Amino acid sequence: MLQKKISEYIIETLIKLSGLIVIGFVFLIFIFLLKDSLSLFGVYNIGAFLFGTHWEPVSEPPKFGVIPLLIGSVYVTLAAILICVPIGVGTAMFIAEVAPPSIKHVLKALIEILASIPSVVLGFIGIIWLGPFLRNTFNLPTGMCGLTGSLLLAFMALPTIISISEDALVGVPKTYKEAAYGLGATRWQALWRIILPSASSGIIAAIMLGIGRVIGETMVVLMVTGNSPVIPASILQPLRTLTATVAGEMGETVSGSNHYFALFAVGLVLFIITFLVNFSADSFLRRARK
Amino acid sequence: MSTARGREKVAFVVLGLATLLAVLPILLTILYIVKNGASGLSWEFIFQEPRNGMKEGGIFPAIIGTVLLIIGTIIFSLPLGILSAIYLVEYARDNVFTRLIKLSVVNLSGIPSIIYGLFGFTLFVVLLRFGTSLLAGSMTLAIMSLPVIITATKEALEAVPASFREISLSLGATKWQTTRYCVLPYAIPGILTGTVLSLSRAAGETAPILFTVAAFYLPRLPRSVFDQAMALPYHLYVISTQVPNMPMRISFATALVLIILVFLMNLVSIVLRAHYRKKKQW
Repeated sequence: MLQKKISEYIIETLIKLSGLIVIGFVFLIFIFLLKDSLSLFGVYNIGAFLFGTHWEPVSEPPKFGVIPLLIGSVYVTLAAILICVPIGVGTAMFIAEVAPPSIKHVLKALIEILASIPSVVLGFIGIIWLGPFLRNTFNLPTGMCGLTGSLLLAFMALPTIISISEDALVGVPKTYKEAAYGLGATRWQALWRIILPSASSGIIAAIMLGIGRVIGETMVVLMVTGNSPVIPASILQPLRTLTATVAGEMGETVSGSNHYFALFAVGLVLFIITFLVNFSADSFLRRARK
Repeated sequence: MSTARGREKVAFVVLGLATLLAVLPILLTILYIVKNGASGLSWEFIFQEPRNGMKEGGIFPAIIGTVLLIIGTIIFSLPLGILSAIYLVEYARDNVFTRLIKLSVVNLSGIPSIIYGLFGFTLFVVLLRFGTSLLAGSMTLAIMSLPVIITATKEALEAVPASFREISLSLGATKWQTTRYCVLPYAIPGILTGTVLSLSRAAGETAPILFTVAAFYLPRLPRSVFDQAMALPYHLYVISTQVPNMPMRISFATALVLIILVFLMNLVSIVLRAHYRKKKQW
């Protein structure tokens, strides 16, 4: 009996410990980013980092202004979201309310396949086909630009947006729809004026999660946006995002140098942005479930 | 009335077009890679080591590297993920600790993969002195996979009817005995599905392994867990951006092998789900 109690106690402690470790990881990730960022801010003005408009880490003296990278990320993300929200929400509406069941299953399977394509493969497609295609179509000096990245990122955010929007649409109580039909509404009127507004919290959450996914995506932007850390005049120019900067420059830095610490500071900015985006997405999701 | 019907038709056509825009590129992308990659695919390509600066030969070390990384990821993430989920569903009371875990899971699932790369580099490669190694890479990928495994396990545990637990407890079983023998066995299918899915994602990830495990060009198999390794996604990144005059045949074939690997894992997950759903009796 005592032995049973002891083993019960051990296993319970182990289970609690696992929960603690999960919290510990988030905490550690934040602490590590913060610690190395502070090492930079000890020698480099934090204001010059946050508001500096030049990212020239290897010039003399080096400039670590995060603004060009931030604008690069914002440009690419905005364009990607503008492209994928109408397509994604439209597809979710089609799957939830229009498509017959057999087609519904095929579509859902295809979306799952899309979600599983590794980002490096899409980056490869961007280099080999989409970039050159856009260069020829829009007569650009180079196909490796913001737009190429945005299109691929839009594509990558689709599964998130479609599946969560669809859940939200399907989760609207059937009685709403039936009441609308009873009053003589067509299926489209019920979908557009009743179901869509009722599902809005879930759809906003879907869009937020899509944004989080796009901002954090690394390989595609590293491979296709041209790697140019200057403030871009338009989406048709080469640019560089926060993620691509960390991924692209980390290998070239000396551990413990200011450049090295600056990349952690960029990581910290990225961490805070994605935390805020995902946190608000989660609160929208919780509101949608109520 | 007729205008309402007409408007409905137009609207549905527009929705159909949006769906087409979402789905068609998927099919085209896959067809494009299969069409261009199939000719480069052969037993030699899969089982040989790369030669001549990766411009000839095969990708065997990269395939093995990815497989080893997947195995390492399972070893570290599965026990931790399942235990945490058990805590959340079976043991947790509604207190600050529980809410912190839930918040952490949400947060972990949203952290960009490159941040995991940075974290893995500082903690495992530098601080714990594992060096750039399979061990450091597996652990980094394991932390990244945790949120998906926890969420899947949590949902699977919650789907087991409360009556199962009540009967077991009323017969004098302890909390753990109940969890172990009356809840966990029925949650296994859901856990497996989620795990395989998260692993297929880990297998295709490049950013977390950039600085933790990946070797640019290492035409041999890793000798220990502290050894560097090649990995399929990183290999594709390297040959499509860093190697000039790379023969396209090899790049396409590498992309094809990566896609096939990931799809196979997804297929396993789908088949598992379908199989167990049929057997479900309550």
